[in-house]
Amino acid sequence: MTLEYFIRRVIQFFVIVFLAVTLNFFFPRMSGQDPIREKLLQLEAQGVSITGEGVEEFIASYNTKFGLDKPILEQYLTYLGQMARLDLGQSIAYFPQQVSSLVLSAVPWSIGLLLTATLMSFTIGTLVGALIGWGNAPRFLQFIFPAFFVFSAVPFYLMGLLLLYVFAFQFKLLPLFGGYSTSTLPSPTIDFYMEVFKHSILPALSIVLAQTGYWALGMRSMMVTIEGEDYILQAEAKGLKKGRIFFQYAMRNAILPQITALAMSLGTIISGAILVEVIFAYPGVGSVLVRAILGFDWFVIQGVVFLIILTVAFSMLIIDLIYPLLDPRISYRGD
Amino acid sequence: MKQMVETDDRSIAENDQGLSIATDTNVAEPKSISRVILAFRYVRRNPSLTGGSLMLLILLLFVVIGGLLIDPDNARPMANRPRLAPSAEHLLGTDRQGKDVLTVMVIGTPQTIRIGLIAGGIGVAVGTILAFFSVYYGGIVDILVSSVVDILRTVPGLLVLVIIAISVPGDMTVDMMALIVAALSWLNPARILRSQVLVMKQKPYVEMARFTGMSGPEIIIKEMIPNLMPYLISTFVLAVAGAILASIGLEALGLGAFESNTLGMTIYWNIHYGSLLNGWWWWLLPPILMIVFLFVALFLVSLGLDEWANPRLRRKL
Repeated sequence: MTLEYFIRRVIQFFVIVFLAVTLNFFFPRMSGQDPIREKLLQLEAQGVSITGEGVEEFIASYNTKFGLDKPILEQYLTYLGQMARLDLGQSIAYFPQQVSSLVLSAVPWSIGLLLTATLMSFTIGTLVGALIGWGNAPRFLQFIFPAFFVFSAVPFYLMGLLLLYVFAFQFKLLPLFGGYSTSTLPSPTIDFYMEVFKHSILPALSIVLAQTGYWALGMRSMMVTIEGEDYILQAEAKGLKKGRIFFQYAMRNAILPQITALAMSLGTIISGAILVEVIFAYPGVGSVLVRAILGFDWFVIQGVVFLIILTVAFSMLIIDLIYPLLDPRISYRGD
Repeated sequence: MKQMVETDDRSIAENDQGLSIATDTNVAEPKSISRVILAFRYVRRNPSLTGGSLMLLILLLFVVIGGLLIDPDNARPMANRPRLAPSAEHLLGTDRQGKDVLTVMVIGTPQTIRIGLIAGGIGVAVGTILAFFSVYYGGIVDILVSSVVDILRTVPGLLVLVIIAISVPGDMTVDMMALIVAALSWLNPARILRSQVLVMKQKPYVEMARFTGMSGPEIIIKEMIPNLMPYLISTFVLAVAGAILASIGLEALGLGAFESNTLGMTIYWNIHYGSLLNGWWWWLLPPILMIVFLFVALFLVSLGLDEWANPRLRRKL
């Protein structure tokens, strides 16, 4: 049974990746657009004069270079082969830079931002949710909880814009945009790390504000269901200390679905904050994507989409495979 | 079993009135209590639904009354002097292109909502059909539908939409945006409704209908759809919210309808022209606050609907 589940799950992973690659390949081609021509048109719109007889040959030679003149099936097979080798091709706008190096250099920024923010909101949200579900939360928490709850309905990046307006524009406490100031160069010094930290506060805060409500809500409803369980009654009857019942008996059991949800949200760690990064011009994957869209850099757009789908699908696979270890009540058997 | 049939019938009758009052309290009340009082009680017991609906009503009034008062020409580029701070003439000032911001809000808000309604409507329609289809045929069809839904749900939706959006030839329009977003908006409705239909199929009143010789489609239309109504409405609200969220995301990434005045496009231009750096707060804040207002309204409505659809959740938040 275990082996069958394992194989089925691995096949599902490859199906997702295959579908993503296929979608990535056929969708842009179905529209009949020509990336090189679009790029030239865009340059022309920006005032670069591209006229004369050489243009068509220029387009043709670039199409040969990127393999866009071959029959579609051959292109597709080449593309599948390239993707299997994780070769995402070269950027049109930043030729001859490799798409993979362009994207990978942005990944640490995205992960750093989202990992910190997610862990913070998870810890705060779970604790607050547990207290509220247990009915022994301090008064002020009961009061602010609905606010967090409503925040979770608002898209993070708008929260980000509001925070920017208040803290960066009105009070000028924190920097407006970027991962570090334009005047400093990345270097492994304390000053630079402080700079990076200062720039990450607002983007991280906007994610934390938006997510805490979500975690608190999940934890609250689990605590409410656990409240009536026999083992809690028994623990109370034994006269155990309140704190011990709360942490060891209630929270420990209630936290399992939270952990699963945390693992799942870590799966989207690269893509989760794309729009926040765009708002804050944070140098992560989101900014790479938006620059590629503006610059009509097809291969970069496809590369970002492919890499993100790959990482999400891969982490989902890992989660599903280790899930029974986290929660022994789940076995591979049941569906 | 007979008793269950009766209870279910009663809850249908209540749903038809647009009210859903827990049966036990209802029975205890004397018959003379008017519907108005019952409605009022329900309103007090379900503040999220009331509050959310009121907020949506305010939004509707803003769009309708605003639409009567404004001159649409003011939302054209170069219609006014650009970058004017709010004044008596331009209550919310003008943007970098000389559009009157208040006019843009009055015109753009319904456009954004339109994207949500179209995509949400398609999503729920397709989702409902798939749900019935997959439960009705069961077996391999059901497995196929549910695994496609499960697989697609694990894929980051916004990025799939990005790929679809960059593939659209020609200029983007608001309705095109709605169709693009609809490409994924059926996933959640299909999943939620399928599980509801699956449960409902086992219910005594459906079996009863089958015994009386009703045909499959007749049972679906006369028995199941009315009982599915609360779920249809609540998945619709969620789908609308999701579609609006996705469309604003695409617009913020620069993939929106550039000629339109939707809330998302207004935000895109704000980011594009760095209105924060320049301090054009009167241009930046209105679309943000409008979207926040809209989302909080939809969120409250969906909370309230959950309470209506699923009485076991009934407790104040």
